[in-house]
Amino acid sequence: MTDASMPTPETGRHSVSLTAPDARTRKRAQAEKRFRAYGIIAIATGLFFLVVLFTSILSEGIPAFKRTVVSVEFILTQQDREEAESELFKTKAYSNLFVTALKTELDERGLNVDINEDAIERLLGKVGGTIRTFYSENPDKLGQPVRFDLAASSRVDGYYKGRVTREAMQDSRFLQKSDLDLVDAMEKAGIIKQAFNWPFITGADSGVDNPGGAGIGASVVGSFFMMLVVLALSLPIGVAASIYLEEFAPQNRFTDLIEVNISNLAAVPSIVFGILGLAVFIQFMHLPQSAPLVGGLVLTLMTLPTIIISTRASLKAVPPSIRDAALGVGASKMQAVFHHVLPLAAPGILTGTIIGLAQALGETAPLLLIGMVGFVARGYPDGFVAGFTEANSAMPAQIYTWASRADVAFYEKAWGGIIILLMFLLTMNIIAIILRRRFERRW
Amino acid sequence: MNDMTRVERQVDTNKIKLECRDCQVHYGETHAIKDVNVDIEDKTVTAFIGPSGCGKSTFLRCLNRMNDTIDIARVKGSFKLDGEDIYDKRVDPVQLRAKVGMVFQKPNPFPKSIYDNVAYGPRIHGLAKNKADLDDIVEKSLRRGAIWDEVKDRLDAPGTGLSGGQQQRLCIARAVATEPEVLLMDEPCSALDPIATAQVEELIDELREQYSVVIVTHSMQQAARVSQKTAFFHLGSLVEFGETGQIFTNPVDPRTESYITGRIG
Repeated sequence: MTDASMPTPETGRHSVSLTAPDARTRKRAQAEKRFRAYGIIAIATGLFFLVVLFTSILSEGIPAFKRTVVSVEFILTQQDREEAESELFKTKAYSNLFVTALKTELDERGLNVDINEDAIERLLGKVGGTIRTFYSENPDKLGQPVRFDLAASSRVDGYYKGRVTREAMQDSRFLQKSDLDLVDAMEKAGIIKQAFNWPFITGADSGVDNPGGAGIGASVVGSFFMMLVVLALSLPIGVAASIYLEEFAPQNRFTDLIEVNISNLAAVPSIVFGILGLAVFIQFMHLPQSAPLVGGLVLTLMTLPTIIISTRASLKAVPPSIRDAALGVGASKMQAVFHHVLPLAAPGILTGTIIGLAQALGETAPLLLIGMVGFVARGYPDGFVAGFTEANSAMPAQIYTWASRADVAFYEKAWGGIIILLMFLLTMNIIAIILRRRFERRW
Repeated sequence: MNDMTRVERQVDTNKIKLECRDCQVHYGETHAIKDVNVDIEDKTVTAFIGPSGCGKSTFLRCLNRMNDTIDIARVKGSFKLDGEDIYDKRVDPVQLRAKVGMVFQKPNPFPKSIYDNVAYGPRIHGLAKNKADLDDIVEKSLRRGAIWDEVKDRLDAPGTGLSGGQQQRLCIARAVATEPEVLLMDEPCSALDPIATAQVEELIDELREQYSVVIVTHSMQQAARVSQKTAFFHLGSLVEFGETGQIFTNPVDPRTESYITGRIG
């Protein structure tokens, strides 16, 4: 540091006593102290933001994992069913049966509230349809008590989570103040309650007016198929390219050019890959739009430079003495690489690949351009091949879609989706660390 | 210099194994080896001595074409192993290196078991017909490397877990496992302590019975102890080449004398 240029004290080379530090030594000690303080401040700042980030993600996102359900025990006899099926509005008949059952249950507990079908439809949606479908699929349940857990509408859910309040709300076709009385009564009776939101984890996206039914499951599957494509293409291509460049390619202008371009590609914004994918894979090659296959191809282009750079770095890190040793006993270049260099570089290659995949998993911009965003009506793909070719969304794109929707209930879903995405990324990073530990060998 | 008396010198000349004529090596712009002519004899230890950077290691690496792996190195001249030019276009360096083995300055065992270290060469060259055969080769090589007794109970242990001297003897065992005719050693003892050095030197003397050994060394005492022929390199040229006894007691060139008496280098 600047100490080097300080003039030497005139009193001689060293201070008189070792226990009394001279001015120079004190100054150096102070400089070091200051530097340590800067370091601690930098780390503390980073930690502070991390904590803020995580608390906000968790506090906003955790509610997405809870939903409000109305749980009613219900007996439908064969006769009830026949009567209902003979009516013109069949689901309405079922709905009436449900209202009667609910009323009985409330009456039993001494709670007398006004129930009408419209209120039930506002609170629970079209109940009749759900019940009818259930009994047509399980006719053997007729005459037996069945407990229905019906999801309450997102407004009711919001009432529970504090998003909707009596004071702030206005009567609308979605929810009326009188409905909340019914909700309170049902809560007293223990009919309405909070439950873990499995449909959020397993379900598919829902329409813009049904935030309660939205789930991330289908887009997790979409992301999974994309990652399969990325892994299957980028790992072999990336590793082969790096081995060739690092071990076999002659050092000339052409390979220098390739090297520079690989480094440049790693810095290209992902949206550029997106528009390239749109132009080449969809418009030119006519691959299906919105398909994980195309998404995977685009992400492969994006991941390749990352994998090549990290693979080359780990190949470079293998001591040349190992190559010499192999060549010295008469191994061919290829044998030296595949028998000795590659196994030693494997942990680094694996880590690089997993980090590249994690990056690809969280990438949104290119997916916007190839149509893996917006409401994808279809749920789960039918079968393995369809998983690649059928329109689907991916986790980050799904989160983006939710975040851009008007209904505040989707906001919560977006945060919940982020938690799921982060869990996947964390798992991948942990796998990378374990693999590294496992395969690391010393020489 | 009184070390010299320790070795019974075999002065009778053997048949020439490796004949090098007008050898030139360029590293890019640098002319690293200039007009070197050396005859390496069979069943003889030939030592290359000289100050650092004089080209002795470079020249050694020409003898089994290890310089091929360096892009900027260009080798010219004639190198004849048993009368065949090793730089002929039809020669596969892989076959050449099976015949001309090499031991490096730093012990560099593969990060594998002791057994696999030695078995690797025979495996890739297909020298063993079956497992028992391979076991024999491994045992024989480890015995020749004078390390069998120390490792026979732990052949599955990693080769990198041995001490420096053991690792170097393991590398020698690995080199002899492919049945080479010439064994090149590039400062094999520079990373070893005196005891391990003594063991390796003893081993070199034994190896001389079957192989032609070429050793590069910084230590003149070592050259005097183990070799029958000595070549003195200086600034890329071969200054003097002859019987070890003659080089050390009665050098012809004044530069050789300056070097062995410690005035240059």
